[in-house]
Amino acid sequence: MSMLVSLIAVFGLVAVSYMMELVGLHTVLGIIIPYTAVLVFLGGFTYRIIDWARSPVPFKIPTTCGQQESLSWIKHNKLESPSTTGQVMARMFLEVFFFRSLFRNTKTDATEGPRLLYTSDKFLWLGGIVFHWTFLVIVLRHFRLFVEPVPGFVHLLESVDGFIQLTLPTFYMTDMVIVLVVTYLFIRRVVIPQVKYISLAADFFPLLLILAIALTGILMRYILKVNIVGVKELVHGLFALSPVIPDNLGSTAYIFYIHLFLVSSLLVYFPFSKLMHMGGVFMSPTRNLPNDSRKHRHINPWNDPNIKPHSYEAYEDDFRKVMKSVGLPLEKDVDGEEEGEK
Amino acid sequence: MVKTPKPKELTENLLEKPNLLRGDQPKQSWMETPVEFKPGTYCHAAKPKVLEGLGFPNPREWQPGDDDWQLPDGWEETILKGFQERLKKFRSFKLYMDICVRCGACADKCHFFLGSGDPKNMPVLRAELVRSIYRGEFKTAGKILGSIAGGRKMTIGVLKEWFMYFHQCTQCRRCSVFCPYGIDTAEITMMAREMMSLVGANINWIMEPVSNCNRTGNHLGLQPHAFVSSIRSLCEDIEEITGVSIDVPFNKKGAEILFITPSADAFAMPGIYTMMGYLLLFKHIGLDYTMSTYASEGGNFGSFTNNETMKMLNAKMYAEAKRLGVKWILGGECGHMWRVVHQYMDTMNGPADFLELPKSPITGTVFSNAASTKMVHIAEFTADLIKHGKLKLDPSRNDHWHTTWHDSCNTARGMGLLEEPRYVLQNVVNKFHEMPENTIREQTFCCGSGTGLNTDEFMEVRMKGGLPRANAVKYVMEKHDVNLLSCVCAIDRATLSSLVQYWVPGMEVSGLHELVGNALVFEGEKWPRAMDLREDEPYDYEEPEEEPEAEAPAEATEEGGEGDV
Amino acid sequence: MYNKKAVLAGVVAFIILMTAPFWLNAGREHKKLELEKPQFEKECVEPIKWMRAGHMQLLDNWRNEAVRESKRDYTSEHFKAGHDNKKFKKSLTLTCLDCHKNKKKFCDKCHTYAGVKPYCWECHVAPEEKI
Repeated sequence: MSMLVSLIAVFGLVAVSYMMELVGLHTVLGIIIPYTAVLVFLGGFTYRIIDWARSPVPFKIPTTCGQQESLSWIKHNKLESPSTTGQVMARMFLEVFFFRSLFRNTKTDATEGPRLLYTSDKFLWLGGIVFHWTFLVIVLRHFRLFVEPVPGFVHLLESVDGFIQLTLPTFYMTDMVIVLVVTYLFIRRVVIPQVKYISLAADFFPLLLILAIALTGILMRYILKVNIVGVKELVHGLFALSPVIPDNLGSTAYIFYIHLFLVSSLLVYFPFSKLMHMGGVFMSPTRNLPNDSRKHRHINPWNDPNIKPHSYEAYEDDFRKVMKSVGLPLEKDVDGEEEGEK
Repeated sequence: MVKTPKPKELTENLLEKPNLLRGDQPKQSWMETPVEFKPGTYCHAAKPKVLEGLGFPNPREWQPGDDDWQLPDGWEETILKGFQERLKKFRSFKLYMDICVRCGACADKCHFFLGSGDPKNMPVLRAELVRSIYRGEFKTAGKILGSIAGGRKMTIGVLKEWFMYFHQCTQCRRCSVFCPYGIDTAEITMMAREMMSLVGANINWIMEPVSNCNRTGNHLGLQPHAFVSSIRSLCEDIEEITGVSIDVPFNKKGAEILFITPSADAFAMPGIYTMMGYLLLFKHIGLDYTMSTYASEGGNFGSFTNNETMKMLNAKMYAEAKRLGVKWILGGECGHMWRVVHQYMDTMNGPADFLELPKSPITGTVFSNAASTKMVHIAEFTADLIKHGKLKLDPSRNDHWHTTWHDSCNTARGMGLLEEPRYVLQNVVNKFHEMPENTIREQTFCCGSGTGLNTDEFMEVRMKGGLPRANAVKYVMEKHDVNLLSCVCAIDRATLSSLVQYWVPGMEVSGLHELVGNALVFEGEKWPRAMDLREDEPYDYEEPEEEPEAEAPAEATEEGGEGDV
Repeated sequence: MYNKKAVLAGVVAFIILMTAPFWLNAGREHKKLELEKPQFEKECVEPIKWMRAGHMQLLDNWRNEAVRESKRDYTSEHFKAGHDNKKFKKSLTLTCLDCHKNKKKFCDKCHTYAGVKPYCWECHVAPEEKI
């Protein structure tokens, strides 16, 4: 159901943009929507981060995944139980760039006995890391269209990415990889029962949208062949703040406009979706705080000073007699009546 | 009494009935699957007297199995308002409502899911129970699109679901280790329990100890004289067994160190043996310490309720340290007590500027890692003593034990106390084997009964949740003849005992310092002897004929308080 | 604790990174690409619109057919029906460069602009050019 909804949504986006192209709304598709999308993306993303940041982190709650810093002769696990800002940054670096926590992933099976068996399971990690890095490379590669003159790093990326000189224009390995890896991520959502059970439309939609973006891009580059110079004129025009709608995109211009529209949709959808994990990963208190809470006091802005314990005095008042009976020292001795008994 | 199914039944349940863990897809979507309260799968509701005493809302006579929960009018509003307040107070909560991508990495990491196969025990789905309300009540897409956008409204069905499944989470944080964003279900469980408290959906096993701790200072509500008597009787046992005479200082002003441990160590088996170990250790090194009857509970069931109650109960530690004028605090073996002490205490009730930087009076070691809280874990303290050769130990006195080590969730994943207890353990026993690596240290499995779920009426779920732990224990028992599961947690000591009795008969459970106590060699002690601290007779020694005078401990009671025996 | 500074620094870094294409283009005028057109010929081997997107394919085919199969004659295929299709030699240097005499002012313009590095000139010697 949620899969179907997502699929229909993506097809809907394709259809809408195709129709808009047919009726010649090129300025809307090529200028107004992309600019709006960028603004919504930047504004929405910033808003979400600030909105999270408006809630304080009341307690220092890192999840310690290794030995704490304690006695000098006990080997401290600086990465998994960091106690300084530098160590936290190292932990976060590995988390953000190499998905270290996901790398730990195991798979559990229940067999006769019952016996639970844990086996290392790196597929999700592999799928995740390949997807994200590939996505990044593809975005950076697009800088050849964003910027004039073309920045040097783009040539480097392209020569690596296009290392196999197959097809014309040169085949990019990342084009194939992203389709495969997104397909994998999609299939695991459908095939693995546990993941299928928890998946929402919000999980299928971004995958399908990204797949559609990749496929329209591939179609445009290798099969329908839009005039790249025209594409650059339009895209570079956007980024140079002098937008133009070139007339030389060729007869297959529609595929470019669909591609651009889907990318714009992704940008608009991004800040209001789970894709915000991109910003959120940096703000997770179980990862970005040092495990030094006994060494340095963490301040909670809403700590309520009026919460007091049941006081010792009240406690002694309750139990003075029995306390005396076992010889416990008292702040106030038992009253006269009691002494009279002696 | 609720009848607990036999291990065989639970095994069949796990292996033969359809089970998501083994790949059987449930027929209904989780939102359409209502909860069912069957005896054994829920804890009893908090008694009205207890809630009244604490000033908690909606005290009444009720049970979770009731159709009508007798909630006050507008309870939905109360929850939603509480929800929004907490989003504003806790970044963790707000963030974890938003960024989960449902990758499923956490799904098979929860002991309750592994033991039961119940889909709603997958950490991601447990959190979705709350997220769906977040989306359905506060987010535009969820308000408009409803379940297509993963949203739903706050209803009694949802509250019942929360009650069921947030009392099937022990805040052990194992899921958080594997989550690529560190999403910690413990944070969400804490919030859900706080919100349930707002409308009086509490369990008695948590609220009664909270109430007791507040007034009398400990869980069981044992009054000061009972607490003192209990420890004194332990001292008598110690003297009888070892010939060492111990006089425990209570509420003593001007002592150097205040020692606080969970009250279970004073009353409950096998915790009392751990207490005997502490007392022997302090005697051995001649420590200037005191225990307190006012702050006689290290554990903090407030942390299973809401942060205000946690703060209120915890505040006794510093209050008492201040009143008695001690230099610093030494904490005994307890899991969630240390989660609170390590990650919350200083923030809530600090700064402890009336205390001094903790320094071992025996070795001179400064515990700079506790420079601000001024509270040291006894495993850190003892490890330092052993490293400096300050203890005379005979590990062969534990040769009847073949040990393995259970890392408690809170000290492992909320503190990073992993090597200190292992160092101590390996110096006081000769035989030790680790459990498989996916089940120890930061990947350790919960006992299945933490966060105030260690009640008898809940045994079925506890035994399911404890299965992964028990399984690893069984593995080392079969492979290495391990017969003792040692740990630094009072709840563990109580609950693992039931657990291994159920799944791994023949296995025993102990605290770390029980083994330290067994291994300590005193001058003038009774040795050879037959009994260990449990008054079992593992040692090859035959009591001489009835000679009461030879038994007299007089010669052993000489105060041998030097620090470097 | 709000970690205001860290969050703001992060937001600023994010915006700078995400708007990098704007900054990288800043201060440079957006010029329309001007190609040097052949002096005499008005028509290419195929329609200009087709050539824009398809010339690399055409050259690739030419290379394969000419070098590997010795088929050196080419007749236009993409003009509208009724067009007077001419015959050409399949040759980059003899046919293409015969009209487009200046590689720098023709080929390189677009290739540099779009960041394309064709490997024609790994075998062919680029023509000497007077600027």
